[in-house]
Order: sequence, then structure tokens, then C-alpha cells
Amino acid sequence: MNKVTFVLNGKSTTVEADADKPLLWVLREDLGLTGAKYGCGMAICGCCTVHLEGDAVRSCVTPISRVQGKRVTTIEGLSNDLSHPVQRAWMQIQVPQCGYCQPGQMMSAASLLAQNSKPSDTDITDAMSGNLCRCGTYQRIRKAIHLAASLAVEKDEQNEQ
Amino acid sequence: MKFTTLIGSVLFMMSAALCITVHPVVYELKDDAASRAAFAVAYKVFMHPRCVNCHPVGDAPLRGEDSRQHAGLRLHRGADGRGVLTLKCTNCHQAHNQQGVNMPPGAPNVLGDGSLDFTTPRWRLPSAETPMTFQGRTATQLCHQLQDPKQNGGLTAEQLIHHVSSDPLVLWGWNPGEGRTTPPMTHDEFVSSIRVWLEKGGACP
Repeated sequence: MNKVTFVLNGKSTTVEADADKPLLWVLREDLGLTGAKYGCGMAICGCCTVHLEGDAVRSCVTPISRVQGKRVTTIEGLSNDLSHPVQRAWMQIQVPQCGYCQPGQMMSAASLLAQNSKPSDTDITDAMSGNLCRCGTYQRIRKAIHLAASLAVEKDEQNEQ
Repeated sequence: MKFTTLIGSVLFMMSAALCITVHPVVYELKDDAASRAAFAVAYKVFMHPRCVNCHPVGDAPLRGEDSRQHAGLRLHRGADGRGVLTLKCTNCHQAHNQQGVNMPPGAPNVLGDGSLDFTTPRWRLPSAETPMTFQGRTATQLCHQLQDPKQNGGLTAEQLIHHVSSDPLVLWGWNPGEGRTTPPMTHDEFVSSIRVWLEKGGACP
């Protein structure tokens, strides 16, 4: 067992785990954060997506040893009051159907918008191509990402006033 | 300080900064036939899917024995070869191979002192500026390309040998994880063929 310390959703966190234990299982089993989901277990479907230093990594294949000293953000840490533009857009558009893949979809969308504040349709198709949805909510996801981009601009303007 | 000493010191510091262990190429008598024959051996490795898949013609990495696209993923090389936005190589690929068939392969990063960092993945393509394409290249084309500093990232013969000898991504070709074939010779034989090719003049087919 190894002691691993990292910043999880803004708070310093220490866990004891085997170095190769996937981050997903540390989050879900050891820390009780069940937002990130287990889908394929082989980095294909994107259900388990979380942010590692802002990058949308697949936590099902990310060993806990990789996050030592790093920042990890899960769907639970996107905001503490549902104010993140992605959360607001997802609720406004009513994106989910069954919802299972949506934490991963939202974390990928948030990572995309953090790196490209006004993505085109092609940018969205490319960036979200690693997140599968068996309910087929892709059109609502696209619409919600465009809405989240505009909500983020409004939020920035309000903060400046 | 004498000028020659100064130049020597600067070269030493540059080598140290680049973390390159320089094993000087001992240029033997030029022998074009032997050089070309050695390159023909190495070319078999360059054309193997373990090498071609990360040296593709296009903008995206390939996978599998048939060098196919990553199904469904719209991947892009990016300026630095590490992917873009939500689909960076190391978002899925780790510092080691994942156990099982069709699981993502991986390789460790190299630290400033040349040691390996098994907690940080190195997975990437060559940069967009020097894509170092292998796929579809004839032996003649690849031979010239590998020796052209404008196309090979400025590598000298010594640095090229160092790269094929010790880069974790090259070594990964001989430890590719379950379900993947390896190039048709040992890594030592591959490095030896590259060394002979260059030491005997770097002749091209």
C-alpha cells in the first residue's frame, strides 16, 4: 500500500492504496464520490472522465500513483452550487435521458470549454468523440455546450461589472 | 579562458542540458554496399505497425496490426504531437501497458537527468513541425528523411543512435503488451543495423 496525497476538488486528500489501483475505484470505493461511472474499463466510453490538472483523463485506467501531488476534479467538484456554466446549460437543455454517461460528458465539455471558450460544431464533435451515449443525446449535448459557452461569457461580464 | 576550452565547456553544458549521452559514431571506412544492406535490415523495423502507428501519414495516430484509426475517436496530432483538447494521448495512455488484450498501451516519461518516471506517461506522436512520417515511405525516402536535420528534429547521427537505443517509446515496440506483435528482430539487432548503416557512411538504397 502506498500513501498518495493530491488535491481533490480543491481539498488536500490522502489515501492509502496500491500504486496501480485505478483512480476511479479510489474515488468511488475509498472516497465515496460515485459521480464518475464505470463503463467499459478500457478508456473507450468516457463514463469515468475526471480532470487531472485540467485534462479530461479516463480514471478507469489512470493509476492512483499518477495523481500524487496533482489536482483532480470530479463532477462533484465542478462547482458547489450548480453554478458552473456546463451544469446550468445541462439543466436548462435537459440533456440526460438515462444519465449514466452524463458525468463524463459534462467533464469533457468543461475541459473543452476551459481550453476553447467558443468551440465550433466541428470542435465539439471532435472533442466529444471519446464520450459515448447509448441514449443518443448527442444533439442535446452539442446544444448545451454552445449554451454553456454563452453562459460563461455572461458570467465573465457580470464578474467584470 | 582559452577559446577552445570555452567552446568545449559550452558543448558539454549543452549536452548535459539536452540529457544526451553521446556515444561518438566511429566512422569506419565508407562502405556504401554494407551501409545500404544495414539500412535494409532496419527498414523492416521502421515499417512494422508498432513503429508506423505513431509515425502515420495523416494527422492522427493509428492502432493494431492493420494500422487502422482509433474507432470513433476524432484524434489530432496537435502542434506538440501530444493530442489536443479533451483527446490528448496521455488522457488514456499511461506510463505502462494496461493488462489484457486491446487495453491501452503505455510507456514512462524521461526526466531531465535521463532517468525514467514510471508515474508519468510519455505517449505521443512526433510534432506537427517534424512529423517524421514512416507510413508509405520507400526505403530511399526514409533513409534520406532520417538523416535530414530539417525533418528529423535536428538529430545528429549520434543522437539518432541514442534515440533508437534508449527512447522509451522505441523500446516499447519490443514490449507492446498483450495481443500485439513485435518487430521482426531484436532491439539489439535493430540498433546494431542503425549503427552500421551510419558508421559506414549512411548510404541510401
